[in-house]
Amino acid sequence: MKRLVPLIITFVVGTVLILSVFIPPMEGLGENFTLFFDIIAVFAFFLGGGNLVRVHFQKMSRKSDDWEFSIVTLVGFFVMLAAGLFKIGNPGDIASSVTADGSLFQAIYRSVFVPLSSTMYALLAFFVASASYRAFRAKNREATLLLVAAFIILLGSTPFGTMLTSWVPESWSIFQIPNLAVWLMSSPNLAGQRAIIIGIGLGVVSISLRLILGLERTYLGDDNA
Amino acid sequence: MVSTIATVLMWIVGLSMIYVLYRTINGHPIERRVVFLYIGLAIALPLLMQKTAPVPVTADVQKLVDALDELTPGSKVLAAFDFDPSSAPELQPMGVAFMKYAFKHDFKVIVMGLWPQGPQQANQAIEDAMLDPLIAEKNLVYGVDYVNLGYQAGAEFVIQSMGSDFKRMFPLDDRHIAYDSLEILNDITNFSNIDFIFNLSAGKPGTVEWIQIAVDRFGAKCGAGNTAVQAPQVYPYLRSGQLTGLLGGMSGGAEFEKATNEKGQASTFIFAQMISHAMVIAFIIMGNIAFFMTRKKKKA
Repeated sequence: MKRLVPLIITFVVGTVLILSVFIPPMEGLGENFTLFFDIIAVFAFFLGGGNLVRVHFQKMSRKSDDWEFSIVTLVGFFVMLAAGLFKIGNPGDIASSVTADGSLFQAIYRSVFVPLSSTMYALLAFFVASASYRAFRAKNREATLLLVAAFIILLGSTPFGTMLTSWVPESWSIFQIPNLAVWLMSSPNLAGQRAIIIGIGLGVVSISLRLILGLERTYLGDDNA
Repeated sequence: MVSTIATVLMWIVGLSMIYVLYRTINGHPIERRVVFLYIGLAIALPLLMQKTAPVPVTADVQKLVDALDELTPGSKVLAAFDFDPSSAPELQPMGVAFMKYAFKHDFKVIVMGLWPQGPQQANQAIEDAMLDPLIAEKNLVYGVDYVNLGYQAGAEFVIQSMGSDFKRMFPLDDRHIAYDSLEILNDITNFSNIDFIFNLSAGKPGTVEWIQIAVDRFGAKCGAGNTAVQAPQVYPYLRSGQLTGLLGGMSGGAEFEKATNEKGQASTFIFAQMISHAMVIAFIIMGNIAFFMTRKKKKA
């Protein structure tokens, strides 16, 4: 029974969602199921938050490596949670928007979260440059092709490409770096991306059918199924 | 003054690369921390130089601008901000430029987000756009000229539900005002009442989901702005005509600003990106010179 019920739910929901695309009278039923998904998705936030607290409390209690960072994580989590739940500093009442100007939540978001997130992402530039200097070598034909493509895209995505090859006559404009970059993106890249999309599509169809028909049961925790 | 100092320092940094090349050729590659320093300077100094660079408008950007030009005043435009602050340096300038264009052309703008932080980024973009004197003098009213529907969990299922009823997904807007009380939403039921969708995306859910559901299933017209990393993934939809124009990365933002005569952050940032890309290329070339020289020595 523990396994039969989830299998039946999966079969019914999967079948209805497929049929709702092709049979107009069933469209409403399909939409109701998507609403169920939204409700389940909201629960995922509770589970995610709960899991974060559990993992970091465990780390602190066991004094695991870098447990001090867990304090920062939990303090940040609870401060934002309190600011959002109790609408601290909010100009309106408890029912007003959490993102209203003047609220503590909005102040922390703009002054702490936004700069920190941007900084974390910006660090990528440093690692990419360092890795390129140390590891990006034209060791063989394939690596050389990759290197040339990278140069063209790097130059083509900035005005440098235009500056370097603006002297190339119009009749040979395909050899201007920005045009070469566009060609790379819209021909070889396009072909590769389409192949990936078609591959993913076929994979999704196959795994969906296996789930609906109950052949794929690993999501039930049954690895041997 | 600051600009001049930054320019001089940039030249010194550029010339010092000759020393780095010399060291690398002699088998003494520079430390990782020095590479970090060079990249830091190559990004920071150009920002202080406050220079712009000539940006040619590519066909993909022009297509988006042409599609927007076809819209008439009063057109309903849905702007989906599907990104978080980590992608804001690339996508926020596009958002601001789009808002400026939309407000100046008297479009009715409906904002939403499939990412939790998206609507807040949208609010920021609207505030920045409002600083423009031409827009400020229009005295735009929330709920009449623009609205922020906020965030809704559920990713692509939200788009699917919006295909039949917007109100079902957003009974209240970002300010907790009821859907029916907002004048701008009075005659909006689903995508058939929306003239254009503009999506700013940094991943999933994002442009691909908007195309697959809003465009393919419900017949909406959609243009997008993506991070440079994500842009190659949406090219198949662009070439097939499912996507009406694409702004790819910082350069896409700068091109959009140029095409719409809305000079903003992207036009300034593109100069810093140009110098930092040049620096990365220089490092790759130096690394390869060292590699080939070492290999030659080993063979000898």
